[in-house]
Amino acid sequence: MKGGLKMSTKNNSSKCLYCGACVGVCPTQAIVLKDTRIFIDDKKCINCGACITICPVGAMISEKKI
Amino acid sequence: MPSWCNDFGKENLKGEKMVAVNDVLYDTIIVGAGPSGLAAGLELAKGKANVLILDRKQEIGCPKRCAEGLSNRWFEIMKIKPKPEWAVQEIKGAVLYGPNGKEVKMKDKKILGYVLERKMFEKYLAIETVKLGAKILLKHQVISAKRENGIVKLNVEVNNEIKEFKAKMILACDGIDSLVARMLGLNTKNNLNDTDSGYQYEMTGVSGYDENCLHLFFGTEVAPRGYVWIFPKRDNTANVGIGIGAYISSQTKITAKQYLDRWIESQPGLKNGSIIEVNAGGIPVGGFLDKMTADNLIVAGDAGHMVDPIHGGGIGIAMEGGRLSGAVALRAIKKNDFTDKTIESYTKEWFDLRGNELKRRLKARHLLEQLSDEDFNYLAESISMEEALAIGNGTLSKTAMAILFTKKLIKRPGLVKIMMKYLHEGNDKAHF
Repeated sequence: MKGGLKMSTKNNSSKCLYCGACVGVCPTQAIVLKDTRIFIDDKKCINCGACITICPVGAMISEKKI
Repeated sequence: MPSWCNDFGKENLKGEKMVAVNDVLYDTIIVGAGPSGLAAGLELAKGKANVLILDRKQEIGCPKRCAEGLSNRWFEIMKIKPKPEWAVQEIKGAVLYGPNGKEVKMKDKKILGYVLERKMFEKYLAIETVKLGAKILLKHQVISAKRENGIVKLNVEVNNEIKEFKAKMILACDGIDSLVARMLGLNTKNNLNDTDSGYQYEMTGVSGYDENCLHLFFGTEVAPRGYVWIFPKRDNTANVGIGIGAYISSQTKITAKQYLDRWIESQPGLKNGSIIEVNAGGIPVGGFLDKMTADNLIVAGDAGHMVDPIHGGGIGIAMEGGRLSGAVALRAIKKNDFTDKTIESYTKEWFDLRGNELKRRLKARHLLEQLSDEDFNYLAESISMEEALAIGNGTLSKTAMAILFTKKLIKRPGLVKIMMKYLHEGNDKAHF
């Protein structure tokens, strides 16, 4: 976390196929899949990157929190 | 008069959304209408239980997260006859391609299994389940679950409303993204080391591959800790997919999709084909759960990590596990006791039935992972088709296999060591 900026995990909906792999590896149950939407609960997310690692299409990204 | 309470949709004084309560107390609610959930539903409905199946999706069997292969063994185990509507491609063998392109073809004269049209297959299972008295509701997403006075209450989001459903027993058959079991205190989370990242196209205009064979491509360039597959689905159409170790992408910075796209470009029989469906999914390949029950709860299918750790196939295993979960739930219903004490034997029953075999195959996979591309090439070149067939069919005794391997692998002592260890661990037949 450079410069003290917090990272936040986001879902890129144009890449996402809503397969739920990210939900299955999330240790904090921060991700919920509903139809064609992925919800990430910032309060639960610990930015561990498991969802980014497993995503078959690279739809999960980590970016600086604004 | 519907069973939903009348003031549904109104807000209470605190501004919280009211929950409509379904007064029916189900014997069992199954969450997830996939192969495991429907097999569980069949078993429960056969036993005259009052069973409800919920699924968050808008169509059963769709989108698939699967290569759709199912071997004859599972049709026999599940007592299901393949039907032409959904068993669309007869499979008589497999072609394995080593890292250097060397092929090993194992083909039988008889049918060994089928590639399915899964949405048709699952709808068939759903129809059979409903015929026996089960009820299915789609676009019903469980958002929370809690135990109260010995039963479970599910809050389910449907049509932008929250409905409460009650059941004595919950079967979590909701796939790799299962949250229902976790809501009820059973941790089914997948570890990256035991999960594969899967990506697949259903392609048409595919040429040059024997349609009666599954085609599997190996190599660290092609698919690190995994393989690429072509599962034909008749008429020059096939599922073309990849599964790689989930942690791979963090090392190589290449996603499963990128690996597959790159590989397809190298295949003359594929690169000019058209994609008619895109699929993705995580595959739980080995992180078996020590505990698969809790009070009022049983987990089955992908949610319970019921997948073959070597090839990642899971339709048959999920159905068998689902059926077992249904049988255990039936026993609990008859006893009218839904505590973990009554149902916890399910975990042992499943390991006795299938889990222990899969555990041995997980050990075998760990050994196979030690093989280098050169080892694979050497094996592909030194083992004849007849020998490969005998190994694949399991018709060779352990001693005969040991002699064969020792003879073939004498030049590669490292391989002998790995193979002997594998034989020592036990060799179970592979079934897709």
